[in-house]
Amino acid sequence: MSQDIINFKLDGESVTAKQGETIWQVAKRLGETIPHLCYTPEPGYRADGNCRACMVEIEGERVLAASCLRSPSEGMVVTSATSDRAQSSRKMVLELLVTDQPEREQSPDKSSHFWAMADLLAVDATVARFDTTVKPCADNSSVAMRVNLQACINCNLCVRACREVQVNDVIGMANRGADAKVVFDFDDPMGDSTCVNCGECVQACPTGALMPASVTSEEGVGDSADYDRKVDSVCQYCGVGCQLTYHVKDERIVYVEGRDGPANQNRLCVKGRFGSDYIHHGDRLTTPLIRLAGAKKGIHADFDPAKPLTHFREASWEEALDFAANGLTKIRDTQGKKFLAGFGSAKGSNEEAYLFQKLVRTGFGSNNVDHCTRLCHASSVMALLEGLGSGAVSASFMQAKNADVVVITGSNPTNNHPVAATFFKQAAKNGTKIIVLDPRGLAMKKYASHMIQFTPGSDVSFWNAIMNVIVTEELYNQDYIDSMTTGFDVVKEHVKRYTPEAMSPICGVDAELIREVARLYATADNAMIFWGMGVSQHVHGTDNCRAMISVALMTGQIGREGTGLHPLRGQNNVQGASDAGLIPMMYPDYKRVNVGSVKAMFEDLWGTELSDEPGLTVVETMNAIHDGTVTGMYVEGENPAMSDPDLHHARAALAMLQHLVVQDLYVTETAMYADVILPASAWPEKDGTASNTNRTVQMGRQAVKPPGDARQDWWIIQEIAKRMGLDWNYSHPKDVFAEMKLAMPSLNNLTWERLEKEHSVTYPCPAPDHPGNDIVFIDSFPIEGGRGKFVAVDIVEPDERPDDEYPVILTTGRQLEHWHTGSMTRRAPVLDALEPSAVATLNSAELAKVGAKAGDMIRVTTRRGSIELLAREDSDVPLGMVFIPFCYVEASANMLTNAALDPVGKIPEFKFCASRVERVS
Amino acid sequence: MSADSNQDNVVRLHPGTGRNKSRIHTRGRQINLDSLTELRELIGDKPIQRDMLIEYLHLIQDNYGYLSAAHLAALAHEMNIPMAEVYECASFYAHFDIVKEGELPPVAVTVRVCDSLSCQLAGAEQLKAALEAGTDPSAVRILSAPCMGRCDTAPVAEVGHHHVDNADAGKILATIEAKHFHPDIPDYLGYDAYVADGGYDLLRKCLAGDYSWQDIQKVLADANLKGLGGAGFPTHMKWKFVRQEPKPRYLAINGDEGEPGTFKDRIYLESDPHRFIEGALISAWAVEAEAAYIYLRDEYPAAREILTAEIAKVEAAGLAPAGGIHLRRGAGAYICGEESAMIESLEGKPGMPRHRPPFVAQVGLFNRPTLVNNIETVFWIRTLMDKGADWFSSQGRNGSQGLRSFSVSGRVKNPGVKLAPAGITMQELMDEYCGGMADGHSFKGYLPGGASGGILPAGMADIPLDFGTLQPYGCFIGSAAVVVLSDQDNMRDVVVNLLKFFEDESCGQCTPCRVGTEKMVKLLQRPDWDKALLAQLSQTMCDASICGLGQAASNPITTLFKHFDADLIATDLSASAKPVPSVGDIT
Repeated sequence: MSQDIINFKLDGESVTAKQGETIWQVAKRLGETIPHLCYTPEPGYRADGNCRACMVEIEGERVLAASCLRSPSEGMVVTSATSDRAQSSRKMVLELLVTDQPEREQSPDKSSHFWAMADLLAVDATVARFDTTVKPCADNSSVAMRVNLQACINCNLCVRACREVQVNDVIGMANRGADAKVVFDFDDPMGDSTCVNCGECVQACPTGALMPASVTSEEGVGDSADYDRKVDSVCQYCGVGCQLTYHVKDERIVYVEGRDGPANQNRLCVKGRFGSDYIHHGDRLTTPLIRLAGAKKGIHADFDPAKPLTHFREASWEEALDFAANGLTKIRDTQGKKFLAGFGSAKGSNEEAYLFQKLVRTGFGSNNVDHCTRLCHASSVMALLEGLGSGAVSASFMQAKNADVVVITGSNPTNNHPVAATFFKQAAKNGTKIIVLDPRGLAMKKYASHMIQFTPGSDVSFWNAIMNVIVTEELYNQDYIDSMTTGFDVVKEHVKRYTPEAMSPICGVDAELIREVARLYATADNAMIFWGMGVSQHVHGTDNCRAMISVALMTGQIGREGTGLHPLRGQNNVQGASDAGLIPMMYPDYKRVNVGSVKAMFEDLWGTELSDEPGLTVVETMNAIHDGTVTGMYVEGENPAMSDPDLHHARAALAMLQHLVVQDLYVTETAMYADVILPASAWPEKDGTASNTNRTVQMGRQAVKPPGDARQDWWIIQEIAKRMGLDWNYSHPKDVFAEMKLAMPSLNNLTWERLEKEHSVTYPCPAPDHPGNDIVFIDSFPIEGGRGKFVAVDIVEPDERPDDEYPVILTTGRQLEHWHTGSMTRRAPVLDALEPSAVATLNSAELAKVGAKAGDMIRVTTRRGSIELLAREDSDVPLGMVFIPFCYVEASANMLTNAALDPVGKIPEFKFCASRVERVS
Repeated sequence: MSADSNQDNVVRLHPGTGRNKSRIHTRGRQINLDSLTELRELIGDKPIQRDMLIEYLHLIQDNYGYLSAAHLAALAHEMNIPMAEVYECASFYAHFDIVKEGELPPVAVTVRVCDSLSCQLAGAEQLKAALEAGTDPSAVRILSAPCMGRCDTAPVAEVGHHHVDNADAGKILATIEAKHFHPDIPDYLGYDAYVADGGYDLLRKCLAGDYSWQDIQKVLADANLKGLGGAGFPTHMKWKFVRQEPKPRYLAINGDEGEPGTFKDRIYLESDPHRFIEGALISAWAVEAEAAYIYLRDEYPAAREILTAEIAKVEAAGLAPAGGIHLRRGAGAYICGEESAMIESLEGKPGMPRHRPPFVAQVGLFNRPTLVNNIETVFWIRTLMDKGADWFSSQGRNGSQGLRSFSVSGRVKNPGVKLAPAGITMQELMDEYCGGMADGHSFKGYLPGGASGGILPAGMADIPLDFGTLQPYGCFIGSAAVVVLSDQDNMRDVVVNLLKFFEDESCGQCTPCRVGTEKMVKLLQRPDWDKALLAQLSQTMCDASICGLGQAASNPITTLFKHFDADLIATDLSASAKPVPSVGDIT
């Protein structure tokens, strides 16, 4: 019979414990920190009880007990501070461990937790009563981390970090006895192993045996306390939005640690932990630059982005801002408002995004504002808005832990949302069935019950077949359909001809497997679907999402814990940028620009007339430039010269612009076309909020100042706005946030002050003291009528299918170490060292078809262009496919991609076009 | 832009430094397809099971003579477990040889020379030196190994899988010459003979319902049968505790007889295996076990062959539980005699003892309630039922009840397994059962319970030897492994030998044992002993180690100080004051 409260004695005092509390936790709560080494109170780490530093005495037991593991029982008599046996054991344990440690001043971390515990127990490290044993020497093979096992105490926190928390499965504890040793794979050097450099082991290690290479020298000497200040912020990379802490010394970020945010629980990935020093790269722009007269625009062999003064001259801010704004104003006033367009940033703050779209709408006078969501989840968002009334996720990715079945499709989370993937992997170890649906075999397959490598571009055939099974076998949730949805009968009828047998040859999945998956998903208590670019970046991306929405609606797998639809948002603030209205067809909070009442509200708020014509999306803008109907652009924190499809076309457009203002950290590929470049602030250099994939708004805080004369993005936008006739007087991003609240009901009950204090609040938020709702669509959908809408979809094939001349499907994507166009990560030393050059990944059999093998240079050609790059082999890439990441300018994958657009989302089909592979002799 | 940037000497026109070379494969070690094919052939069409990892490692080691990185990587791939997980397991056990890329595999012949106490007393060190001198290292490797359970025929060496008793260099060399690498199987009571003598009648009656489990339990309780592996827990109570827990339940027999000086289980397995099997199956029936697992130490290859053959007959006769009888091999780790470490090993993992609570009766094999018993304990069940509890409990001496199988070795004239009354004293045991001291040796002291049970001087040979009787002296009987010492034995050498054993066999999980045993060996090797420091260290090891190995490892030295004459100790210390030559490396 379990009790809620347990009464017991601790050091003579009568105390209570809650059910499940350990003796250590009770003692801590009451003010005593029992010494501990292998136990950490941080989330996600179970107690292991091996260091034996936390011993307590329990009356009636022959031996001492590990307080980190033991829970008290009713009437137990425990002594800790008053137990001589416990005290002397603790001290002896520390003394034994100190014996083999390097000298403190020569240790990998002079300020480690271990030394603090030695101090706590008054163990004199200078007196060696036992013989010292010399242990293995340093492993400096990793570019990111130092391994100094002479400082290791075999506490196995790193093993738990790697195998149970991050589940990257690299670290083990090998051998036995005094030879017991931390190993990577088969006792390989860390840098040669399967280690993905997440650094969880470094953060977990209590002694400094595992340290960041930026803190500990190659000789194995370091000090984690050697910094001037710590600043709590949130990561700049992906949509997980890990909370973190920058450690700053001499105005440089020296190392980063994870913080306990709701989306990451102290975890980070290689980019967040080891990739922040791109901000200190020598290429950083420090002064405004104006193009020299006659200097040729574009990416060509005689322009080195590290040495821009061959093509630009330095200018003062006054001159540069005047030049930038005047150029835009001239076009607006002489050619027309619609001749201007702006691309804002999904990597900036919410406040910056809001200001940018306000500038375009009130300053340029059109709705020609967009950002890279167009290239990402635009199709997902349109389908969700259409079907459910909201484009955001229905539940956080942490809900995977409450799901019985999780479908992951068109997403490679271990690469692109690594910390979200830790939740999936942990759920898998806990019994959740993971079904991975992707043409490529993914790292997630190790934890998946099903790795279904289906035919590229055949999602609709697959999901319609799934729905056919659900309908045929009556696995749908009639109650849910009746109370929460509309239009089921149309879809029910529609899917009847999409039998598993008929669809199997199209999607490449066995009919019986289709049935199995349908049954698993439909009959699960709780099932979730996560998806990414593999679903959205198709000409039928919207249809793909419509199908998944139908599957979730007909089975009621939405609106409860462990259920839902979750498009994994890519950028750290793509959710926020879209919410803030940085898109051409909607104002902030997704109100359509061509709805009269909405336009009136914003005209009132912003005090000016607005256009009711939806503006141009990213690819449409490039087309318009070619047509001569857009001649001036302001691009802030975006790099379309790398991220747009069909780069010949896109780059030619950029070169055609009469006036291009680029605001960024470096001379990016897009800036190579600029007339004026304005040096801006990196994420760690600004205060601002960002909204992650879970609808959680988090506070980013300035850790260091921008270099040289680079300025805050929001200030630059305001200066341009002022010069274009707008009377803006924001003094701080918090002013902007306050105005955003007036425009955006999603921010109800969120305030800048709350975010300052609490670091993160999720929206929708029902009350000022509520953390916000993880799960939405509980009772209804935010759509007219309140009911989720079924939309039937037909099979639409990818736009450019393989043929004899171009027989290999080209698909593009990302790598773990590099972010999108590479402008940041290729300038981060660790990330650049891990992935230094352009590679195409293929199955070795596919390479063999053209007489090539891994390590050869190959040429990949499509109707739009040709690039040459190194071949990497991977048996998980199916035959007939080549995968190329789009971050390498020297072999830009987007030179090859197809700009065919999804008709609703206007997103290009990055994931599928026809190519030819040849060996370069 | 494209073609130029691929040349080495051109100006950097992209943001990267271009300093490193990109990988051309996925990260880490690549799978060798040939090795994968070979592995699949070895494993055959049996379904892959996580708990079979150690069995698969044995398959590879037996077939190739070592574990190559290629095969291990293929195994990790087939089992869908991390490489580190395979490596942790393979590297934990002494009988596996991991050979990484570029390393040389072991030579064709391996000779293991036992260096535990009884063999050390019989000249193991000299034997090893002679073998090293007399063999070609490119053909034969000579390794030290811990107790092989043949202490009555010390010194012992294993050539391949063949044990040479009362070994000398000549015998070993001849064995190598003759390529006699497989075990000799002793004569034993086979299935037919066992059945003809009434064997399996009791089990059949149990299975048919002629007996209830309480009927059998009562006899065990009246006889006061206790765990004969060393813990001495009343068997009848274990049955009750396990039955209280929900199904499915398992039976796991602990055949990891590794306590130095113990060899009784091997003798019984190699002479009357079915009496053991019947007892095990009755135990399985009594607790309604889903399946029966028998964990047998890898140092007993003859017993393994016998059990493999005989279990097949028992299964064919339809006497096994629904989930079958699973014979599993150890791989050279004394700690797997600790019941929770044994369970970890049965699950295919390194033998790391678990924390208690919870106890294995509640959370055991595969986290299910498990009945764990020693081989000899269940061996007694049929006999007790046949002859009655009274027959058993009426025997005993000096206030004790029942019989005990004493494994006696060392400096006695007639070592061996002695079935004697529980409570017999050392003196009585030596005089009545062992023919007294060996010629030329005078009695100096003895270990009443193997390496863990402490050491007592000759002047204390009148203590009854039973569960509970030795505790007041800081000793215990354990598995009743009695090792007799003489005036020719230096106490420092004895204690160092025992502590080195514990150092080698420590699983390494917890600080007091992992570091404590290692530091204690070094302290004991110093010319003079720091008694206070040794006492302090011992106290922590006793108080704070996770399991019995660490808790008992300091018993040799604490009991030596407690009971032996200080002058005797001082004399032995100065006689061996030079750094003790390393007794040899364990693999």
